[in-house]
Order: sequence, then structure tokens, then C-alpha cells
Amino acid sequence: MSDNNHLVVAEHEISRGTTKSYTIGFLVSVVLTIGAYLLVVNHVWSGWALVFALVALAVIQLFVQLVFFLHLSAKSHARWNLFVFLFMLLVVLIVVIGSLWIMHNLNYRMTPEQVRTYLNSQDSL
Amino acid sequence: MSEPILTQRNERRLEKQAADNKTVFGFWVYIMTDCVLFASLFATYAVLHNNTYGGPAGHTLFSMPFALTETLILLTSSFTCGLAMLALHRRDKRQVIIWFTLTFLLGIAFLTMELTEFRHLVVDDNSWRRSGFLSSFFTLVGTHGLHITIGLLWMAVLLIQVLKRGLKRATVRRLMLLSLFWHFLDIVWIFIFTIVYLMGGTV
Repeated sequence: MSDNNHLVVAEHEISRGTTKSYTIGFLVSVVLTIGAYLLVVNHVWSGWALVFALVALAVIQLFVQLVFFLHLSAKSHARWNLFVFLFMLLVVLIVVIGSLWIMHNLNYRMTPEQVRTYLNSQDSL
Repeated sequence: MSEPILTQRNERRLEKQAADNKTVFGFWVYIMTDCVLFASLFATYAVLHNNTYGGPAGHTLFSMPFALTETLILLTSSFTCGLAMLALHRRDKRQVIIWFTLTFLLGIAFLTMELTEFRHLVVDDNSWRRSGFLSSFFTLVGTHGLHITIGLLWMAVLLIQVLKRGLKRATVRRLMLLSLFWHFLDIVWIFIFTIVYLMGGTV
């Protein structure tokens, strides 16, 4: 009986958020979104500085929403969710960075003439 | 005498709870694989976004205030969806209906804006056939819009279920899955807003 009680208590510990946590997540997200927007509209930075700033703001907002809206945490009940999330992140980084790397490399190494020759050779197949 | 019965009930409740938790975990795994789908579309867009084939680039096509409005509408709907979940945990049927209806209407507003933008692009002869850039744009944003459409259909069906049958266990579980899905779609949109609209609008 005491074991069961213990399990029931454990079940209630699952974090469901509160009005306060959802409101914090919402307000921080709004500030980050409008901040990113103002950076672009007011031409505060340009080039790579702007790209890095925008990606940083988006990634911060990703984690704010993961924690406040999706309740992802390292606590035992969410640990497997966290593992799957981290594995997904690994796959996503390999796919995105790998694709950009390969395509940039091809673009750098091939002259327009080589590209045209290659495409023509594909047409004849 | 009453204690064994209570224990049995408790056990059955815990078994059902465990089954529900498994369902939520399974749905979480699905969402993570959907992230990989979106990542490949983002990579495609990143590779092709300069290939305009003599056609227009992003900064001549996209309206910044329009994209910001879309973003804020979807963000608010993600928030009202969270408030609906809080009402769901209190088993407050009236508030669940109110907050999910609000989420639904905000979702419809978002989808209407997205389709309006698509219609303008196609009417001005800037459809997915125009260039590699526009093909990848329509594929990425269109796939997100398709997810939103499915989410809205799902929400409508669940709202009818809540109205007709109340907050039954199965309905509660489905609403939990839907809220995960909805928050996830908002997170994907953050990156569409940042990479397609904010970056495409300037560079």
C-alpha cells in the first residue's frame, strides 16, 4: 500500500506548468521576437553579425519555449524525452551543417562551365 | 475489507496512467522525427535561397510587419493553448472550451494570413515554378502550413468531443498530445520567421 501511495505522489510531481510559468514563457518570447525584428528593421547590424545575433535570439527562444511550454527537463519523468531530443538535435545538426558544407564546397570547386558540362551529360542519359 | 479494493483501483489507475505516459512519449518521438523533416527542408532552403534564376529575391517579396504579425498571432495561440492545458488539469470544462476556441481562432487567422501571402505570390507570377529559391520557400513554409491545417482539423474534432462527451480520459489524453503538437509548430515557426523572413528580408 505504501508503495502505491509513493507512486501516486510521483505521478503528481510531473511538471505541468503554472499560469505564471506560461506567462513568463510568453512574455520572454514576445520580447525576443520583437527584439529580433527591431534589429533587422533599424539596421543595427549587417552581414554576419546580424545573422549570428538573429540565430542566437531564435535559439534562446527555442529553449525558453522548450522549458516553459513543453516542460522539458532533466528530472526523471522527462529524462527519456530529453534523450530523444538530444539525439534529434545531433541528427539535425549533421543534416543541416553537412548539407551546407557539401553544397558550399561543390559551389566553390566547380566553375560554371563544369556545372554546365555535368548537367548536359545528365541530360543525355 | 475495503483496503484491497482501494489498492486494486489504485493499481488500475496507475496502469492506465502508465499507458497514457507511454502514448505521450510515443507522440514526443514522432515530433522529434518531424523536426528532422523540417531540418532537411531548412537545409534545402539555405542551399537554394540565392538561386533566384533572375527572379525576385526575398527582400523584394516579403513584408516585415506582415511576418511579425503572423509570428505574434501564432505565439499568442501557443500561449492560449498552454492556458487551455492548465484548465484541463483542473478539469474545468468551460475554460478548456474557451481557451481552445481562442487558440483555434488565432490558428485560423494565422493560416488565412499565410494563404493570403501565397495567393499574392502566385498571382504575381512568383509561384514555386519561378526559381529554386521560391520552390524551397513554398516547400518549407507550405509544409508548416499543412501541419497547422491538420492541427486545426484535429482541434475542431476534439472541441466537438469535449462539447458532446465532456472531459473523458481518452479526450484528455488527445488534448495533451494536441498541445505538444501546437507548441512544436510555434517553435518551428520561430525558425521560419528568423531564417526566411528576417534574414531573407535584409541580405
